[in-house]
Order: sequence, then C-alpha cells, then structure tokens
Amino acid sequence: MNAVSSFFHGIGDRFRALPRWAKIVLAIAAAVIVYLLPIINPPLITTTDSDFGAVLFLCALYALVAIGLNIVIGYAGLLDLGYIGFFAIGAFTVGILGSNHAKLPLLLCIPIAMVVTLVSGIVLGAPTLRVRGDYLAIVTLGFGEIVRLILVNADSLTGGSRGISNIPTPPDLDLFGIPHLVWDGFVAKVDLSNQTRFLQFGVTDSIPYYWLALTLVFIVLFLDWRMQNSRVGRAWEATREDEDAAELMGVPTFRFKLLAFATGAAIGGLSGALFATKQQFINPDNFTILYSVLFVAMVVVGGQGNRWGVVVAAALLTWAPEKFRFLADARFLLFGLALMALAIFRPQGLMPPRRSVRAKKAAEQEPDQLDVEGAARV
Amino acid sequence: MDLLLNHFWEFTITGLAFGAVYALIALGYTLVYGVLRLINFAHSEVFMWGSFAAVWVLTALGASKASGLGVVGFLVIGFAAAMVTSALVALGLEFVAYRPLRKRNSPPLIALISAIGASFVLSEAMGLRDKPFKWFGLDTDLASYVGRPREASPLPLNIDTVRLFRVFDYRVSNIDLIVLGSAIVMMVILDQFVKRSRLGRGIRAVAQDPEAAALMGVNRDRVIRLTFVIGGAMAGAAAMMYLLKIGVTRYNAGFLLGVKAFTAAVLGGIGNLRGALLGGFVLGVAESYGSAIFGSNWKDVVAFTLLVVILLFRPTGLLGESLGKARA
Repeated sequence: MNAVSSFFHGIGDRFRALPRWAKIVLAIAAAVIVYLLPIINPPLITTTDSDFGAVLFLCALYALVAIGLNIVIGYAGLLDLGYIGFFAIGAFTVGILGSNHAKLPLLLCIPIAMVVTLVSGIVLGAPTLRVRGDYLAIVTLGFGEIVRLILVNADSLTGGSRGISNIPTPPDLDLFGIPHLVWDGFVAKVDLSNQTRFLQFGVTDSIPYYWLALTLVFIVLFLDWRMQNSRVGRAWEATREDEDAAELMGVPTFRFKLLAFATGAAIGGLSGALFATKQQFINPDNFTILYSVLFVAMVVVGGQGNRWGVVVAAALLTWAPEKFRFLADARFLLFGLALMALAIFRPQGLMPPRRSVRAKKAAEQEPDQLDVEGAARV
Repeated sequence: MDLLLNHFWEFTITGLAFGAVYALIALGYTLVYGVLRLINFAHSEVFMWGSFAAVWVLTALGASKASGLGVVGFLVIGFAAAMVTSALVALGLEFVAYRPLRKRNSPPLIALISAIGASFVLSEAMGLRDKPFKWFGLDTDLASYVGRPREASPLPLNIDTVRLFRVFDYRVSNIDLIVLGSAIVMMVILDQFVKRSRLGRGIRAVAQDPEAAALMGVNRDRVIRLTFVIGGAMAGAAAMMYLLKIGVTRYNAGFLLGVKAFTAAVLGGIGNLRGALLGGFVLGVAESYGSAIFGSNWKDVVAFTLLVVILLFRPTGLLGESLGKARA
C-alpha cells in the first residue's frame, strides 16, 4: 500500500544523503534531460498520435497550474473549484491587451495579466474566505462559471464566442538550430532535416514554448519552496490544520488565507497567459468548468501539499490521455475510474508530503505508546 | 425591464416550473449532505440516467403514438421508470463510490474526488453506450436506444400544449400544471415522510448526531442507503419534469443542472429540506427574471451571482441548516 510513496521517499532520502557536489551534478543532469526530452523523443514515452513537443508543453503548463493550485488546496487547505476562472482571466487579459484592444508586447502583457488575476483573487477571496470550506468550494465553482459566461457574453470586450486571435508571441532570438533525434526501434539517428530553431516562437514548433513553460515551472517551484519554508508557509500549515488554534497563537489566519488565494490566482493567471501566447487563439470554450475539476484532480492525485507530487501528477494526467489516444473515446471514462480507485485505495495521493505520512503514523499509534524520539523528530 | 413588466406572470410561472426541477434535485444534495456531510457531486448523473430511463421505456412501449388518456398513463409510467432507475443508480453509487471510503474514514475532500470520478464514469458510460452493443452487432437493431450516443435524445411522447386557465395575463399550460403539481405532491410526501415516519426520524437522528443515533439503535448504513434512494427518486421525478419542459436529454445534461441544483440547496441552507425547496424556487424565478431583464444569455450569471451575494450576507443560506445541527 505504501510502496509507491516509500519508493519516491526512498529516492528523496538517497538524494539528500549525497554530498553537495553530487547533488548539484545530478540536479543539473536531470534538468538537462527534462529540457531535451522533445529533442530526444525517447521511444515508449514519445506520443505517436500527437506532436510530442505540444504534449510536453501542456504537461509543463498544467504542472504550473498544479503548483499554483497546490498552494491554495495543499498548503492553505482551501478547496477551490473555480481555478479555471483565474486561468481564463490571465489568458484573456493577454488576448485583450495584446491583440483585441491594444497591441502591447507580450512581455508587458504577462505581468499585467498576473496583477489582474491577483486582484481578482483578492476581490473574490476577501468576501468568500470567511465562509465555510464546503461553501467556498461551491462559490468558487460558481465564480469559474461566471467568468466563462461573461467571456461568452461580453462581446465587445472579449470577442464573445468567436474568441481572440493573433495573440502576440514572445520575442524571437533565433541563434541556432537543434536537430531532433529519430528512433528506429531503439537505435537513435540524428535527423538534420528536422531542426528546432533555438528560440523562435512560431505556430509550427511547440518546443520553444515548452522550454519557456519549463523555465517558469522551475522558477515558480523555487519561489514556492522559499515561501513554504518561511513564516508564511508555517502560517498556512497551522491554518489548515486547526484554524482556531492558529488564530489563538497569533496567526492572522484570514490574511494568510487571502494571501494563499491571491498567490494561487496569480500563478493561475501566469499559466493562462502562457496558454494564450502558445495557442495564439483563445475562445471561451477553452475554459470550461471541467478543467477546474481536472486541476483539482491533479493536486489530489499528486498528494496535496507535495510540490513534486503535484508536478508529476499534472504531467502524468496530461500525458497519459495523449499517449493512449487509441482509447480516445473512453479516456474520460478511464479517468473517472482511476479517480475512484485512487480515492478508495490511495486517498493520500501518489506522493503525500512526508510530514503528513509521519503525522498519520503517529496518529495510528496509541497515545500512551507514542514513540517519544519519533515525536521529537517530527 | 419592460419585457419583464409586460410578461410578469409568464416569467414567474416559467421560473417556478424550472425552480421545481432544481428543488427536487436539490433535495438529493441536501439529504446526503445532511446525513454524510458530503457533496454528492455525482448526483447530477443520477438525474441524467433517470431521464434516459424514461426515454427508453417510453420508446419501448411505443408511447409516441398514444393520444388522449393513453398519454396520461405513459406519463405515469415515465415518472415511475425515471424514479426507479435513478434510485437504483444512486444506490449503486453509494455502494461503489462512497461506502468503501466511509469504511476507511477518509477526509471529505477524498470523497469529493471519488464523487467526481463517479460522475465522469456515469456520464461517459452514457456517452459511450453504443460501444458494448457494437461488439455483439446489436447497435443497428437498438439504434433508437443507443444510436448517436453523444446527441440529444427526445422524449417520445406527444403532448399538445393546452392553455388551461389564466393567471392575470399568462395562460397556464397543461405542462406547467403537471410539472408544478407533481413537484408539489412529491415535496409534501417527502416532507411528511421525514417529519413523521420512523425511517424519517432515523434520517434526522443520524443527521443530528450519528454516534448517539447508533447508540439508540438506528442502523446508520441503512439510513444512508435510504437517503440515497430517496434523493435518487426525487432526481428521477425531476428528470421526467425536465423532459416535459425541455423535451430532450443528453449524456452531459446533468452537469449544469446539478451545479444549479446544488446552488439551490446552498441558497436555502444545505441540510435543510424546506430550504432546498425554497432555494430551488427562488433560483428558478430569479433566473427567469434575470433572463427577462438582461437577456437569456445572462441567465446563468444571474443564478451564480445570486448565490455569491446570498452567501456573503447569510453564509448559512436563507433558512439556515436544520436537518442536523448547524456545524460551526
């Protein structure tokens, strides 16, 4: 039952035990491999039915979304079922400012999109974070749907159901070309005719967008790590575990919940902006409530509160349906079955954070037999 | 605004009819929430399965040729088929998706994930219903049941709209009357059942304090099964009314309706039966007025905005929580 998490935690422990130089080398090697994935096109992993670069871009994009939502659900314990609303606001801010009503460059649009979503997170959160958990879930669900309906109906601003096209792309560098690998069985060949121009953002090649998204994932992961290990992260955890006790200990819980909500919203906005610039065309159909549900599923499958867990789960849940395209018709059915099986057999997610594993172990022991040393280590 | 004032009663009665559908579905949410403290996210699919059961049974009986008194008979059969099927689906849902979790004392969020999964499974199974029959080569024979599974299926019953009497300027049709009348009958029966019968007392006891109820000899598992069956049957009735009002159903018809019905339950105070009814009617009427004032595109925006506004000023809903005790 715990084989999966002990496997991942085993990897984590081994990694931690290594000397510092080895850690750095390993981390860099892993990062390089991840960056080069679409170039290497590894057999068995690569998707045959759809463009592998585009699939990887979506994996990285949804990983970003999952990191943002993990702050809201995993750290602060607020069930947000309307996360797609922030994603949509981010995407449409870029669309409106970059194409529909002004021609601002993308690098200016993205920060504006983040600010707009941050503000909308505060505007939505300030009144609703005072209500109970279940209600918050349904209010956010309503919010996600309101955003979509406004996008459909506010024709003059958003283009309505026709959507927005010609969304600006990031500035090109175009330094050199990188040839792809092609595989004949398990033998690799370099395919010089098929090259990715290093940093030319266009419609034909998704790989530069993948690199951009991946870089943002790493940056946000780093900030996320710094934030969780700070006073803020501890305040979130205390609020999640027992709001009253946290309040008594002097944690301004409401303000920290709002902070989590707004931070999550801003990351959602960033991912939406990224989505918009990659697609170059968006319409409200890209932002249905189904995605909110999918995002929550990513966080829960990954193990709420574990940033690597949710990243892996997001990538897995995005990649699997593309890989198994031949099941295309039945994939939502299988997805539903998988969610049910997960809830029944592995409710803590694939990779629960270690702290919650330890807490569960401690809770299972009788209070009078509590392993004092173990408790002290916690 | 003029539109609303000129056709005030038309919008009111249409709103009430849709409100009745919302209210009956909301009852399922509110019952399960009261007893289990759980958002039964898959309840909307229970509704959807009920609507298909009605369509299939009436197709099988050749209801489209009926006229006169025969239509009334088929109406009753349609209601019965939808209610029985929905109740069975709800029971199965409880058995597969919720009971294993309860045995393990899972946190509520996990139950919600299981419910989301079950919701996907139920709706996609309906959307893929031609596949298993294709394996046996039966899909052409059964085309009127399983053909074009992603398209809308119409209710095979011809009911002529007859305007019966006037309420001020609006002439109430027979369909409005059937929908509202049967909804009110269901609601009264349910309300009295929960209030007066032994089983109803069991439901209230478990909602109030599961442990004390168990100590007093209430079989908690049986009560939970019962709430799912009752909620399912109400959703089935709502499904038949929906078919009468809209005329068609689809494999994904449940979702938006489910969200709205849940909104209605929260609006009235979740866990509170009469609250769910009130919430349903308020939501239906508000939506109807909203579509008159802002245009029908904005109907759903009005519904959700109303929810947000009410929760801000009355976080426990219009009537508060009372099936069990209000949770802090």
